[in-house]
Amino acid sequence: MRPAVVVTGISGNLGRTLAKLLHKHERIIGIDRRPFVGRPKDIEMHQLDLRKRKAEEVFRKNDIRAVIHMGIMHDPRMSEEEHHSFNVVGTTRLLEYCARYRVPKVVVLSSANVYGPSPDNSNFLTEDAPLMAASRFSGVRDLIEVDMLAHGFFWRHPHIQTVILRPVHIVGPTIKNAPSTYLRLRHPWIMAGFDPMVQLIHVEDAARAMMEAALRPEPRGVYNVVGPGEVPLSSIHRELGHAAIPVPHPVARPLLGLLFKYRLANFPPPELDHIQFLCNVDGSRWLQDVDWKPRYSMRETIRSVVGD
Amino acid sequence: MLERLSDRVKKEFREWTEHMVGDERSRRLQALARTENEYGVDPFGFNLDYSLAAMAPFVWLYRHYHRVETFGIENLPPGRVLLISNHSGQLPMDGAMIGVALLLEASPPRAIRSMVEKWVPSLPFVSTFMARVGQIVGTPENCRRLLESEEAILVFPEGTRGISKLWPQRYQLQEFGLGFMRLALETNTPIVPVAVVGAEEQAPALVDIKPLAKMLGFPAFPLTVTGLPLPLPTKYRIYFGEPMRFSGRADDEDNELDKKVRTVKSAIQSMLNQGLKERRGVFW
Repeated sequence: MRPAVVVTGISGNLGRTLAKLLHKHERIIGIDRRPFVGRPKDIEMHQLDLRKRKAEEVFRKNDIRAVIHMGIMHDPRMSEEEHHSFNVVGTTRLLEYCARYRVPKVVVLSSANVYGPSPDNSNFLTEDAPLMAASRFSGVRDLIEVDMLAHGFFWRHPHIQTVILRPVHIVGPTIKNAPSTYLRLRHPWIMAGFDPMVQLIHVEDAARAMMEAALRPEPRGVYNVVGPGEVPLSSIHRELGHAAIPVPHPVARPLLGLLFKYRLANFPPPELDHIQFLCNVDGSRWLQDVDWKPRYSMRETIRSVVGD
Repeated sequence: MLERLSDRVKKEFREWTEHMVGDERSRRLQALARTENEYGVDPFGFNLDYSLAAMAPFVWLYRHYHRVETFGIENLPPGRVLLISNHSGQLPMDGAMIGVALLLEASPPRAIRSMVEKWVPSLPFVSTFMARVGQIVGTPENCRRLLESEEAILVFPEGTRGISKLWPQRYQLQEFGLGFMRLALETNTPIVPVAVVGAEEQAPALVDIKPLAKMLGFPAFPLTVTGLPLPLPTKYRIYFGEPMRFSGRADDEDNELDKKVRTVKSAIQSMLNQGLKERRGVFW
């Protein structure tokens, strides 16, 4: 049988998009706790948890040419313990299997959020910038840990090609992450007097980037992945026809804290940093090393959140 | 509704700018649209339309309030350049006036970038205004990136030590930071020394209320004669010196860099002295 590409977190939106792009060229084995709705017949699916012993069998029984790891969750409602265990223990186990069964290529999905929005940020952060997100938002601590685990793996196993991708905010018609959900609000909050530049990437462009990272021989190490560019937050709201509500920033945090506590809002207060300060990255290293360009224009990317 | 109102205000201000600067200059300013995307902004958030509107009151101040006179603006080389200037006046009016001078008098017009304090992005309204008119946070990475794309950058190496200095220290250059010299050496950028005469008297400050500044998170809290740091209609003279080129290692010892910085500092000081000698008074 042909060597396979293992995709973790395949049942999510990004995972399904990637699977649909990839299954025509590659044999795919999917791993996810959730069922894969609308799974193409030629994709082998294992509905299990990476932390379980059974996950190792997938590696023992198959010849694997690449692993794409995006089985990382970010749910502010989940208990911190479970969150941490799923992300960090899951990633640790997966990387162990990759080393033990000599997988030649490992691609880990991280995020440009690991740098964290801050008033001190340079306008474009490069891959060597410190990962400061947790200093203001402890909820993203395990996402940084996953990134650093992969980074450590990259240095410890020079014979394995490890690629860590840090894409900007992924948006798309069915994506349910914080930025997409925020951009679907009819009356989104904005921080009065703040209008940071924002970077978005269409889910299909992000999936294609993951695919290129897995199949091409050139990329190695950490890459920021930027979509069609950067745009002021206000232009996005204008494009989507939203009537944004300006909230003074000293009021916004405690108010959102209350709303979050009583489940009237699904954004924890530190997420407000993203609509107040810069967290933009420089994606030139990725463009230099890999022949990849976003296919969706800025306008198409923005409009994709409402399914256009 | 608010949007439509702000669009109208923007249009009115833009027309005011165009009226003040004349047709020919307006046309040349249009060429500054640089690398704007479909939403009218460049990657740093600069927006020409917004900037042309926002500059209207500053053009008025430039022409009729501070009645700015420039000397040696033809010294400005094309391509990447660091303008190093003295800083004073409690409000960064000196920066604004240098910016307007480069738009109105330089040929071709240059839209200057200045490196703003790190606390600016945490201020509502000010942060947005600064970004749209092309001013960005003064990190070395930002500066390097802009110089590599051949931009003109204004740096006040005195920083807050300069802008918040008190009346007795006027026209005495405060300690210069070394960062700009490192960047100039690293990116092989010529330095144009700039002296602003007139700004140092615009808002005479007598004391700096440091505990209050600390409490509010401001770099300083000067108490001026008027109570507020509002600029008086002092006459500005802006001197642009000959470009200075330095060579050496960017990661040299601080005292080596300091020697080079001191030559820039003394060039500015001598232009300041010359300007003070040439003028007839503070207000004319």
